[in-house]
Formats: sequence, structure tokens, C-alpha cells
Amino acid sequence: MSQEKHHIVSYKTHVFVLLALLVLTALSVAITRVELGPLNTAAALLIACIKATIVLAWFMHLKFESRFFTVMVSAVIILFLLVILVTFFDYSYR
Amino acid sequence: MIEHRDDLASKMGMWLFIFTELLLFGMLFVVYAVYRSMHPEAFKLAGQELDVVLGTLNTVILLISSMTVAMSISAIQKGNKKLALALLTVTLIIAVVFLVNKYFEWGTKVEYGFNPGGAELHQLGHGTILFFGLYFVMTGLHALHILIGIGLFLYVFWQVRKDKIHQTDYIWLENTGLYWHLVDLIWIFLFPLLYLIH
Amino acid sequence: MSEANYAHNVSYLDYKGQYKGLLGWIFSTDHKRIGLLYLYTMLAFFSVGAILGLLMKTELIAPGNTLMGPQTYNAFFTLHGIIMIFVIVVPGLPAVFGNFFLPIMIGAKDVAFPRLNLLSWWLYVLGILIVLTSQFLGDGPPDTGWTFYAPYSFRTPANVLPAVFGAFVMGFSSILTGINFVVTIHRMRAPGMTWFKMPLFPWTLYGTAWIQILATPVIGITLLLIVAERILGIGIFDPALGGDPILYQHLFWIYSHPAVYIMILPGMGVISEVIPVFSRKTIFGYKAIVLSTMAIAFVGYFVWGHHMFTSGMSGRALYTFSFLTFLVAIPSAIKVFNWVSTMHKGSLDMQTPFYWAVSFIFVFMIGGLTGLVLGSLATNVHVHDTHFVVAHFHYIVFGGTGFAFMAAIHYWFPKMFGRMYDLGWANLGWGIFFIGFNTLYLPMFFLGIQGMPRRYYDYLPDFHGGNIISSLGAWVMISGIVIIFANLIRSARYGQKTTEKNPWGGKTLEWQVDTPPTLENFEEIPVIEKGPYDFED
Repeated sequence: MSQEKHHIVSYKTHVFVLLALLVLTALSVAITRVELGPLNTAAALLIACIKATIVLAWFMHLKFESRFFTVMVSAVIILFLLVILVTFFDYSYR
Repeated sequence: MIEHRDDLASKMGMWLFIFTELLLFGMLFVVYAVYRSMHPEAFKLAGQELDVVLGTLNTVILLISSMTVAMSISAIQKGNKKLALALLTVTLIIAVVFLVNKYFEWGTKVEYGFNPGGAELHQLGHGTILFFGLYFVMTGLHALHILIGIGLFLYVFWQVRKDKIHQTDYIWLENTGLYWHLVDLIWIFLFPLLYLIH
Repeated sequence: MSEANYAHNVSYLDYKGQYKGLLGWIFSTDHKRIGLLYLYTMLAFFSVGAILGLLMKTELIAPGNTLMGPQTYNAFFTLHGIIMIFVIVVPGLPAVFGNFFLPIMIGAKDVAFPRLNLLSWWLYVLGILIVLTSQFLGDGPPDTGWTFYAPYSFRTPANVLPAVFGAFVMGFSSILTGINFVVTIHRMRAPGMTWFKMPLFPWTLYGTAWIQILATPVIGITLLLIVAERILGIGIFDPALGGDPILYQHLFWIYSHPAVYIMILPGMGVISEVIPVFSRKTIFGYKAIVLSTMAIAFVGYFVWGHHMFTSGMSGRALYTFSFLTFLVAIPSAIKVFNWVSTMHKGSLDMQTPFYWAVSFIFVFMIGGLTGLVLGSLATNVHVHDTHFVVAHFHYIVFGGTGFAFMAAIHYWFPKMFGRMYDLGWANLGWGIFFIGFNTLYLPMFFLGIQGMPRRYYDYLPDFHGGNIISSLGAWVMISGIVIIFANLIRSARYGQKTTEKNPWGGKTLEWQVDTPPTLENFEEIPVIEKGPYDFED
């Protein structure tokens, strides 16, 4: 029962994923050198989120697992964001 | 009686464990967000004290190690034991290098008195104290996870060598990989939030 | 497990594994034995916690120093809280009855990760031992209360570190149990048991397990930060260094409020098992109970702020949390309606488990409705940190989880031990306990409204009357506990032997396996065709 079909990710795909991640890293370092005010942080976080999604999808195989895993991960992330939101109901209005 | 084996169950268990780690670090990010919203200027100035070059270097090598461990899973799936072992070795070396870099980085900070309770730090105001408190806690906890990762890799390496992990039974390698990507994932957020504030 | 050298029909109590005697238990990966390990550990520590509580109530029987001084009293309520919360009610039902019955009720031979399960118990015991060292080493036992509020928890000279670290280790054990249960329920249900054919106790364990996984790490990191604060002085919660102590309260309650649902949800599950069996009627609104379970688990994650109404949070946070708290009352009320409707026109079988279940509903209602008093801002400010709060949470935590635990053990006892307890003594114990419980906690509501603060060893003479009644109630309740425990412990050893599979006429799977269950529960994994509470035929 344990041997469901497994998707084997090719070496080439791994290299491309790494290249994408490295480019994004360089971009995030570069973008924070430019003065954009509060947008700096937003941009850096946005890039971090893209990188995280790439790692989750390819390196952590979410793209190839059953959808249930993606649903679980998304639910946890939403839960975490809601916790931040509710916490800042306090800190934004003190 | 054949030992019951359910790889999907093991993988699901690993993911659930990863969720606990995400929330563990997640709460540190909440603390970070709260204090940064209170002391935006101090955080900005304190962030500039960190070594961007060293931080970027560690980011890059950690990403590479994530790739090598992911590749080692592909290699095992294809039955290429030699390549898998080689890739695991590279991952291990990178993990150690990461810690060495961290050691020097921390060393410099302590030298200048930026450690918690350090002489210099206490003259710099609350925001700076909080930033460096968080810096040491977050990177420290992350480094602890790297250390655990090294232990896991040593175990997995040994298991691959003894053919306990092989083409049809590699859930240990897969779960160790998931763990390592998690460590990478955390760093992906730590890096911009600590090193790249300008 | 690798050698098939044992007979399949050996009871789990009798089989001989690799080890003998005590070792055969503490190294056993059998989910039933692990469940009993938890049960015995809890029995021991519940007794310690209860004695501490009794001594505190005795101290409060008169104003002034009756038995002990303030520092001893502080140490007592701290240890009482740590034991009762972290050792008893949080792991309580899932670790004992979840371990024992979850696999059987879903038609599995064990949990998904048996060795991890054993590790959970080991960590649990390790955590307890670490907490206990705090009592004997260093500069005296901790005096912070089980909440370890900052900044006092790192300023007090008392020996807080081991207590905090022990709680952290127990949290880890709780997480591992949660992971185990979620995977077990996902992967090991018997063929034909779809999600909506699963009994309600496993359903509540499922909701609970998710909270254990997603909330416990929050307390983990919070306690670690307290450790770091005490050792290194990082300043994160230290107002002298810019930290915000209220942030500590946020983090603490982000775990500790969902933890209340870790305590109560499995209790609700037990009640949902007992009520239909003793009413001989299909449960009313099965899906409503399932959905309300998951709703409580989810909404319960976002109501933590109602513990902090007087902490100095922003006004907007105050009414947001108040609103969310009211939301979570809805699914809880739905469950009560369902239980009552199940009993309606049923053919009630008045037996000990049923007494416990019905009295659960009674005390849970009192606890729940007074919870609404605390959930609304204005009244909360009036009774915050008074005995009203103490009474409320004992009605929920002890009344809810405790009564459900008693219902569970009286319900499943014959299955677990293959012996029957004395019904007369059991009913008497229940009666005395029930009277003592209400005499103990009901006056506290009034004391609280009059303004008696919690956590003091002393009080103004005005409060004397209520305290006398309450303290006498404590002694009555303890007498009830002694009767119940003596009856159960004696019966586990010498009670009437029984091999009857289904003494109560239950419909769920655990009543179809041998009494006591065999090592592997089922000779053949059953195929499920009907819903779990089909009393119609």
C-alpha cells in the first residue's frame, strides 16, 4: 500500500530552481540598496514569499504531492497570518 | 508478520512537525513585527550593523545545499547511490560552513559588545537592545536547527551507505530533506528582515 | 512484533513481550498499555494536585494565617496549576482514552507511529521530573502561578527555570501525540469508515490534535524566551530594556486559550459517546456536532485576548476579542442542544457513566454561561482576577474535563480491565463528589462578585461566610474522590471478572472486540457499512 507512484524531479529542474532562487536573492539585496522608503521592506518580503513558494513547490515537492498537502500548508499559513492580524488589533491602535 | 510500512503516513507526520516549527519561528516573527513597528528607526540603524556580505553568502550556500539535498533524493529514486552520497557530503560541508560563518559573525558582535547584556548595547537605547536580542535568539535557534540537521544528515548518510535507504525505501532521506528545506525556508525570511533593512 | 510467536487471542494485559513485569509496560509500544501508563501517572499526580488544592482551601477557611504563610501559598497554587494544567487536563483525555480507544474505534491495530507514542510518554514523564526538581533545588519553589507572567517570572529569585523547561518538554510530548493522532485518523480508518461514519470521540480527538500541533509550539517558544530572558537578559519581555510584558501575555494566551479547547473538546467527545448509548437512541445532529467541534477548534484559536481585558490592550483589540469570544459560545451551545435532544424520548438507562455525563452538561452549562460574563468587557473588568474567574475555570476545566474523564473511565472500565467495578459505590462516589464540587465552587462566584481577589492566602473578614462553605465543600469533594478512586483501584485488581463484549449495549467498534482487547485489537480489520450510532434496528 505504500508504493504509490513517485514523481522523480530531474536534475535539470533542480538546477533551474536554484538559479531562480539565486537571482531572486540578488534582486532582494539590490532592491534594498535603492531608497524606496517603506516599500523596501514590502519588496524584500514579497521576494522572500516568492522564494518560499518556489522552495515549497519544487524542493519540498508540494507540486507533486496530493492536493491535500497544499491545502494543509495553505491553511497553516492563513492561520498564522490571522494571528498576526489579530495581534496588531492591539499594537496598531494603542 | 511483515512490519507495517506507510510512507505517506510518515511524510504526513513530517509535514505536521514542520507546521509546529513554522509556528515556533512564526511567533518570533510576530515579536519582531511588534517591536519593529514600535522602533522603526532603531531597527533600521541596528540592521545596518550586520554584515550583509556574510549574510548573503550564507543565504547562497544554504540555497545550494537545499538543491543538493533535493537532488540526492532524485539520485536515490534513480538508484544512483554514489551520486546521492556525494550530494549528501556537499550538503553536510555546507551546513558546517554555514555554522563557521555564523561563529565569526557572532564573534564580531560579541567583540563590539552587542550581545545581550553587552556593555555597548545598553547605551544604545531600547530599540537596539530589542533588535540584537531578537537577532541572537532568531539566528541562535536557527543555528540549533542547522546543528540538528547535521546530525540527521550524518545518520542518513550512514543509512544510505549501508543500503538501509535505497531506491524503494527512502522516506528517511525524504523527511530529512523536508526538514532541511524548512531550515532554508526560515532563513529566507530571516535574511531580509535582519540584514536588509535600509 | 517481528516474530509471530504469540497467540492472537492473548489479552493485551497478559501478553509476554521481550520484557517482563514493569519493563514490559514502560517499554511497550502497544497503544493500550501506553494509555494505561498515562492513566497511572495521572492518577498519582492528580492526587498530589488535589491535596495541594485541599490544603489551599483549608488555609482559606478563616482569614489570616491558618495553615501557611503567603510564600508557601504562592508556591502551592503555582504547583497546583502546573500539575493540574500541564500534567493532568491538557494530556488527560487524549493521552489516556485517546491512546486506548482511538485505534479501536476507527478499526485499526495501533496508532500510526507506535514508537513515537511511547516516546511521548517518556517525554511526558521527563517533563514532570524536571518540574519536580524546581521544588527542591535552588532558591525555593516557583511562586509565579502557572502562567509565568513577565516580568515577574524572570525577576523572582525562586527557581522558575526547571518549571518552565519542564512545561516545555511536556509540550513537546503533547505535540508528538497530536501528530500521531492526526496521521492515524487520516491513514488508518477501517475500510468503509468515511469521515462522516467516524464516531464522535475520534472526531473531537482530531480537532484536539490539530490544536495540539498548531498551538503548542507557541507556548514552546514563549517559555524558551522566558528561559533566555532569565539566563541572558535579552530584554524581549523586560520593560526596563524596552520589552513589552503585554506581548508575553499575548504569546502565552495564544497557546493557553486554545489549550482550554484541548482540554474540553475530547470531553465533549466522551459525552457524545455516552449519551446515545444510555439513551438507546441515535445521536441527534451528528454532523452538527462534528462541524461545531471543528468550529470550536478554529475560532478558539483567536479569542485569547479575553484573558487580557485589564492588561492595557488597545480599545479595538478589546472589543474584537470580546466579539470573537461570543462567537465561540455558539458551537458549544449547539452541542448542548444536541445532547439534550438525544436524550429526549430516549429510553434512559440510569447507570454511573450516564450520571457523570448528565452532570457534565450541568456543570458545563454553569461554566459556559459564566464564561459569557467574563467574555463581555464591562462585567469582565468588574470580576477580573477575582474568585469569580477561579470558579468559572474550575467549572470548565475540572467540571468539564474532570466529569468527562470520570464518565469515560466508568464507561470504558470493563473494556479496559476485563473487570467490573462496584456500581453502588460508584454511584455513591458520584453523588458525594457532585455535591462537594458545587459546594466548593459555587460560593466562589459570589465571593468574586463581592470582590475577593484570587491568589491571596488571606482575605477581609467580610468574605468569611462564603469561604467556610467553600472550604467544607472541598473536604466533601475529596471524600467523593477517595471513594471513587478506591472503588476503581480495588476493582481493577479484584473486581468481578467479565468477558462480556458489550455490557452497555454500545454500537461503536470498541464494543465489538474482546474484553479486554487482544494485543492486536482485531483479528480481521472490520469493514464499516453503517454510521456509528445506529440504534434504530
